[in-house]
Amino acid sequence: MYQSITNYKGARYFWVALALSALSILAYWWHQPVNSPNGGTWLGYTLGTIGALLIVWLMLLGVRKRSYNSDLGNMQGWTSAHVYLGTALLIVATLHCGLQFGSNVHTLAYVLMVAVIFSGFFGIYAYIRYPNLMTENRAGDTMSGLLEQVQKIDERCLREAETDDLRELVESSVVGTCVGGGWWHQLNARDHSTIVVPPALNLGGRQGQTSNRDQEQVIQTLANRLSELSGGQEAGAVQHLLAAFSAKQILLRRIRRDIQIRALLKIWLYVHVPLSFGLLAALLTHIVVVFFYW
Amino acid sequence: MDKFEIVVIGSGPGGMSAASHAAELGVSHVLLEASPKHSNTIQKYQKGKHVMDTPTKLPLRSPLDFEAGTREYILDKWEEGMTATSTNILYKSEAASIEGSKGDFTITLKNGDKVGAKFIILGIGVQGNPRKLPCPGAEFEHIQYQLDDPEEYNNERIAIVGAGDAAIENAVGLAKQNTVCIINRRDEFARAKQGNLDSITQHISDGMIECHYESNPARIEENPSDESRYLFYLSTPTGETPVPVDRVIARLGAIPQRKLVESFGIEFPNDSPTALPELSSQYESNVPGMYIIGALGGYPLIKQAMNQGYEVVEYIQGNDIEPADHPLFVEAFDGLPYDKNVNEILEYLHEASPLYQNINPLTFREFILDSKVQEVSDGDRLCVQGEFTDTFFVVVDGSAYVKLPGVGEFRFKPGDFFGEQSLISGRRRTATVYAGEGCVVVETPRRTMVKLQNSVEAVKRVLDEAFMLRAVQSKFTPNTAHSRLVDLVHNTELKLFNAGENIYTEGEEGDDVHLIRLGSVTSVKHTSKKDIITSYMPVGHYFGESGALGDGVRGDTARANVRTETICLSKESFLSLLEMEPGMQTEVQGHVRDRLTIEARMEAQPRGGELMSFFMSEGLGEGTDVLLIDETLCVGCDNCEKACAESHDGNSRLNREAGESFANMHVPIACRHCEHPHCMKDCPPDAIHRASDGEVYIDKEACIGCGNCVRNCPYDVISLQKNPDEKPGLLQWLLTGSGPGPGGKQYKEGDDIKKAVKCDACKDHDSGPACVRACPTGAAMRMNPKDFVDLVGSRFGS
Repeated sequence: MYQSITNYKGARYFWVALALSALSILAYWWHQPVNSPNGGTWLGYTLGTIGALLIVWLMLLGVRKRSYNSDLGNMQGWTSAHVYLGTALLIVATLHCGLQFGSNVHTLAYVLMVAVIFSGFFGIYAYIRYPNLMTENRAGDTMSGLLEQVQKIDERCLREAETDDLRELVESSVVGTCVGGGWWHQLNARDHSTIVVPPALNLGGRQGQTSNRDQEQVIQTLANRLSELSGGQEAGAVQHLLAAFSAKQILLRRIRRDIQIRALLKIWLYVHVPLSFGLLAALLTHIVVVFFYW
Repeated sequence: MDKFEIVVIGSGPGGMSAASHAAELGVSHVLLEASPKHSNTIQKYQKGKHVMDTPTKLPLRSPLDFEAGTREYILDKWEEGMTATSTNILYKSEAASIEGSKGDFTITLKNGDKVGAKFIILGIGVQGNPRKLPCPGAEFEHIQYQLDDPEEYNNERIAIVGAGDAAIENAVGLAKQNTVCIINRRDEFARAKQGNLDSITQHISDGMIECHYESNPARIEENPSDESRYLFYLSTPTGETPVPVDRVIARLGAIPQRKLVESFGIEFPNDSPTALPELSSQYESNVPGMYIIGALGGYPLIKQAMNQGYEVVEYIQGNDIEPADHPLFVEAFDGLPYDKNVNEILEYLHEASPLYQNINPLTFREFILDSKVQEVSDGDRLCVQGEFTDTFFVVVDGSAYVKLPGVGEFRFKPGDFFGEQSLISGRRRTATVYAGEGCVVVETPRRTMVKLQNSVEAVKRVLDEAFMLRAVQSKFTPNTAHSRLVDLVHNTELKLFNAGENIYTEGEEGDDVHLIRLGSVTSVKHTSKKDIITSYMPVGHYFGESGALGDGVRGDTARANVRTETICLSKESFLSLLEMEPGMQTEVQGHVRDRLTIEARMEAQPRGGELMSFFMSEGLGEGTDVLLIDETLCVGCDNCEKACAESHDGNSRLNREAGESFANMHVPIACRHCEHPHCMKDCPPDAIHRASDGEVYIDKEACIGCGNCVRNCPYDVISLQKNPDEKPGLLQWLLTGSGPGPGGKQYKEGDDIKKAVKCDACKDHDSGPACVRACPTGAAMRMNPKDFVDLVGSRFGS
């Protein structure tokens, strides 16, 4: 019932793209121009026109996506066609230029186009691969649900921290915990959490603010404290805290991974879309230059 | 013995109005009142009670004033009016018997006095006999049927039983200083007046009153603990619930003072406790010269009774005036092909169908006022197969017909009715009905039909029988005449099951066959580990046939998903049905085989069964159009939400991320367009409707923002939102960054009220729901629960 964009309606756009590519290759092979194949032959012009129209149409996906009341096909069909015809563009454009490259605006347009298409390939990979990973990672929960659980653990830890030192430790770890951040932090999902371990609990570690990556420091400190205690109320509290921070550790890993996957699902668009505008500009320049200055 | 032209018995609004009009006209009269005060029923209303003057459209015709106000204000006005007209009233004069005939009646009072009368007007109401609580424990001391002054009770736990105006008013009056719950055996307050409906829903939503819907009194026991005086056990759709109470006030309406009235010679049409005496259109009973007005005649509204009082005196005087609602009928009957006056048309319509037979003429008048009577051109469609409309039709003249493929036409003759399938099941129309030559129909809205079914038992019975007959015929014997099925259907019963209740259990003996007419059922198989749902059956499907055709041992458990009603056919009836129609046995055997195959397939995919269970636990079983997201495809772009907002005034009606997931299927917070929408219950302006394609939508203009639907929706899919402001267009946003961009909201200043906002499945967009169309990866789909089996098969099948 559900179909991915690559299988949409029996992958009909795959066949369209394949036909377009095959026809282009066939024509290229059949066409023997006087000079070597180039954009100036009739076939070159034909392929160039097809390529330019394809680029404009591929870019219209952004407009169609935001035309929410449009009756012009559904978005999935557009996306499926975008993927396959965008791939075919690689062949059409390469054949259009007849593999003539140089240090000029024409080759710039080609390079930009290739960059756009390859960033799109990453996009397809991301769209096929990451939703599954994201679902598995969240294990049926939602982002806000995970954050809520972390908050509840924090609140419980603050209540259960019996001594002043423990409370200081917990407070510092709560304040120092960070997730997300700028795009780089989101993508590499490194934990930049910090903690200040109170001197009484600090067994020869660094004084002042120190890294609490993956909650390791706070868990280590609590484990050390537990080994010093033999029973009693504080030992019970430390045990509870240890269990709670271990749970929080897992939740935070999931949250970071979720943020990372979401970032990966989006980041390529920050390359794909601006580059395609660059491509459009280069393409216009290429056309103007060809017609007026060639 | 004094002798009068007119003796009015009972000084309610009708009786007083009649007596004072007689006084006004100078006709000799007396008004006999059993109690020491006039308007006994209204005197018994709570202090300060606001009395409504519905129906508002109806003009008042009486020498006495009447407009909405407090009980005291109204009683004072009447007192003034009677003094001004010098109405002759005798208090503490209860009529015990009546003898004689028109022109020479003798009324004997309880104290032995006798009064002579040429004409008698009975306006004694029905309040005399309140209906008693039908459950064990009703004899306890603190179980009462009336409430004089709510101020008398403080800090008690009080249960009010009933859903009519009296129950609501008592509950609201007591709620300030007591803990009050109201017990409603239905799922809405269909019988209440608008003002009361608003008030009770407001109190329930504010948490001032707790309401137990779909609950019936089971029994009352003394509470062994000190927490409260009694434990009031309620039978609810989910089982029996005890409610601790100190006092129970049952307001279950009243039974006519039938014995007394019968002793006057007045006849009742049947033994039904709700039966009312039959009256002419001039309110004259079967005893010539004896007239009945007000509640006893089937008209419980004050204004109507007062108008009747006025009119009946005119009729006695020989003036054949038109009733006060006459102009409304003239307008409604305009264009009908009858050369008749309003009364004649009403009488004609009343006699047009056996269905109307048990409706009192006055109730019928109101019924017709709510309905639409129209002449329809030959060939026009009255209702269309597959549409979700829910009006009910009665053919008055000409005919209407259904085209049956392969069989020809089935004709509805004058007096026949149709539309009961959609009315009862909440499903799509099962057939298109065309108007035949000279077709005149009465088309009645669902709300009015529901009210009628609730108040006239006989109507419900006739509808149920017709429903059973047609459902059984269309399912099993499409080529057999109705007449051959009548006996069979007569011996067939309807069975009601609560949500989650087992209709039968795997391994038990049983051979009844059930045809679902309301709700839906899942078939469950027990395995060593857990229960697995193996199929889902909506309205119109039958199950249990393998028991009847096999060894009589159930191979599965049938469980009601929601409140479900089935037509329960015994094995003998079922087999005799199959014999009537050649080939049907083979078809049913085929059905058994198909189902066993599907069930075996589902059993082999336990994850599939779990997914099905998950859908049912999410309430999707009662949906008709459910949004499901495949998490293996969803990239979280939220284009669905943006599309929803952009195509609906800027407010998204779905929350993609919220909601539960199972086996990569995500049920977002979005409307399921339920068969019997919970949101439609108690919408004061009646602003929630079902479009012909099934979409449940809110009429934004009509919505008053009360929030009842928000609270009544079990799936949290309705919210109260302000209307966002218009925002800059796409290009402007793209080039200048102005505005919130696609999917974003721009709020305006001002104090617009928030109104209810919900998914309308983009009913006005030809190409379908925006959320699905806008999904770039195909992760969002809308489906009917019937598609779940295919879905499960496609995900877990080999």
